[in-house]
Amino acid sequence: MNLAAYIARRLLLMVGVLFGVLIITFVVSHVIPADPVGAILGGNAPAERVDALRHQLGLDQPLHVQFITYLGAAVRGDLGRSLRTGRPVSRDIGQFFPATLELTLTAIGLAIILGVPLGVISAVTRNRPPDHGARIFSIVGVSMPVFWTGLVFLLLFYYRLGWLPGPGRLDLTLIPPPSRTGFLLFDSLLGCNWEAFRNALAHLVMPAFVLGYLATATIARICRSSMLDVLHQEYIRTAQAKGLRPRVVILRHALRNALIPTVTVVGLVFGGLLEGSVLTETIFAWPGLGRYITTGFLALDYPAVMGGTLYIAVVFSVANLIVDIAYAFLDPKIRF
Amino acid sequence: MRFSTPRSASSASAPGGPRPVRRTEVWRAYLSWRRSPLSVTGTVLIGLLLVVVVAGPLIATHDPLEQNFAVRLRPPGAGHWFGTDQFGRDIFSRVVYGSRIAMQIILIVSLISGVTGSMLGTLAGYFGGRIDEVISRLTDMFLAFPSLVLAMAFAAALGPNLTNAILAISLVTWTPSARLARAEALRIKHQDFVEAARAMGARDPRVIVRHILPSALSVVIVQLTLRMGTIILTAAGLGFLGLGAQPPTPEWGAMVSDGRNYLVDQWWMSTLPGLAIALTVLGFNLLGDGIRDLLDPHLRHARL
Repeated sequence: MNLAAYIARRLLLMVGVLFGVLIITFVVSHVIPADPVGAILGGNAPAERVDALRHQLGLDQPLHVQFITYLGAAVRGDLGRSLRTGRPVSRDIGQFFPATLELTLTAIGLAIILGVPLGVISAVTRNRPPDHGARIFSIVGVSMPVFWTGLVFLLLFYYRLGWLPGPGRLDLTLIPPPSRTGFLLFDSLLGCNWEAFRNALAHLVMPAFVLGYLATATIARICRSSMLDVLHQEYIRTAQAKGLRPRVVILRHALRNALIPTVTVVGLVFGGLLEGSVLTETIFAWPGLGRYITTGFLALDYPAVMGGTLYIAVVFSVANLIVDIAYAFLDPKIRF
Repeated sequence: MRFSTPRSASSASAPGGPRPVRRTEVWRAYLSWRRSPLSVTGTVLIGLLLVVVVAGPLIATHDPLEQNFAVRLRPPGAGHWFGTDQFGRDIFSRVVYGSRIAMQIILIVSLISGVTGSMLGTLAGYFGGRIDEVISRLTDMFLAFPSLVLAMAFAAALGPNLTNAILAISLVTWTPSARLARAEALRIKHQDFVEAARAMGARDPRVIVRHILPSALSVVIVQLTLRMGTIILTAAGLGFLGLGAQPPTPEWGAMVSDGRNYLVDQWWMSTLPGLAIALTVLGFNLLGDGIRDLLDPHLRHARL
């Protein structure tokens, strides 16, 4: 099978998965809540208002009709109207998602920069102190709840030491640069607004590190075990026997192959970061999609919550697709 | 605190030269466990957790729900080891009782998701065809969501309380078990002893219950122990967001959330319950890592 056919097949599979995702969000939003109308209007609304709203939301239709309506709307990108902001959910998501993406991408970048070397060092010095150190560092990382790490960091570096700015994406005293991409870093660069750029960067450090630590651990762990696998193989022994310097053997011969499993895990890690961002954004008052969803819960804003959930699932699926395709590029064996 | 170790352990570790020992699997596992300080630390942490869960009422210094406004917002000290909260409740006692809630969540979630996952996976692997197709696609659907996000949606739709949180976590935790059980069923359904049972006239239900399910369950149980840390983190995350146990229940995640408004001046309210979560998850993860090493034949050969 060639690469194009592989990608086509993967795309087709993803359509199936997305259909499944829509079934789940439909069930969660239309079937499970005993009384969505009651949730919107409150317990003691007059009967005619309840009926009117049921009709307006299409809840008096049979389930399969409701599902087809829901499916059609979702495919057109219509996720309903947020009860809290009164705007279409898709527009809200468009506004909030870039902040989440800026945060998660920075975190994943940090995680790769830290995690890969950590994994390599760990594998090369297996069962010796550097390995123990690196493993402790990463296992502590996956064990700490992000919302707690976030609070501890905030307490320490903002409230006590004052080294880093507090919650939010930008100091309130600064005027945000005009939004073009939604990424504050790019927007401020495009406008040559250095003050805003520096400030936005400083605001990004803590949440990105808190999230990135979580991902560093996973990446380091996978990188370690795949490095160990590779280091056992014959061609490595050959390379060593040829008299190549250990550096060259490790970085050129071993790491390149060990990185392949690491790449697949990045997709998985991205999902972890998306859910981590829900909690991190809450702690750092980061105006992203996660915070949009959690505020939605508190306001009983079901369309916002379900739209956001659906969107995250779609992003996660697309990320996994990209990773799978990258994987196929890196490792020709996968295509067969 | 003592942990169950093989009888011969103390004598073997005493200086006296090598003794001939039968290298059984258990013995081998014990050796590998003892050699890894991380596994030992994990065991100690989980041992401590179990002691706190079982002996909670003896360890707690106060009633976890008792309010006492005379001592509200006290810092950690002699009378209140972890300080008190805005209602004057003793945080140490609340953390101690919180361990029972955490344990309850772990056990029930493991039970529900383990059983559901094993059953569905076994059916899919054993029968194949249509049934497999349906169950596998169902698994894919659930795996398309980051699990906390889906659990949040379920918990929100069901209504926020502890029971629904447990249900929501189970709903997002069964998928890996199903995949494993399916693989295990596929692996053994054509083995001789299964074929023999069938040849002797055993029908599908009997073959599944007597032969396939037990071995699927054993794989699933091991995998569940590796995932207990994640279960607690998800539960704590739900609690933190207000989608888990409701006040005044001393649930760890909810306690961290409670303390947020007092973070600057009363740091202990959020940080100490959070530390309990972190240490518990750390214990499970360290232990899980040790188990993973034991089960990985590659590493085992390299080690012994």
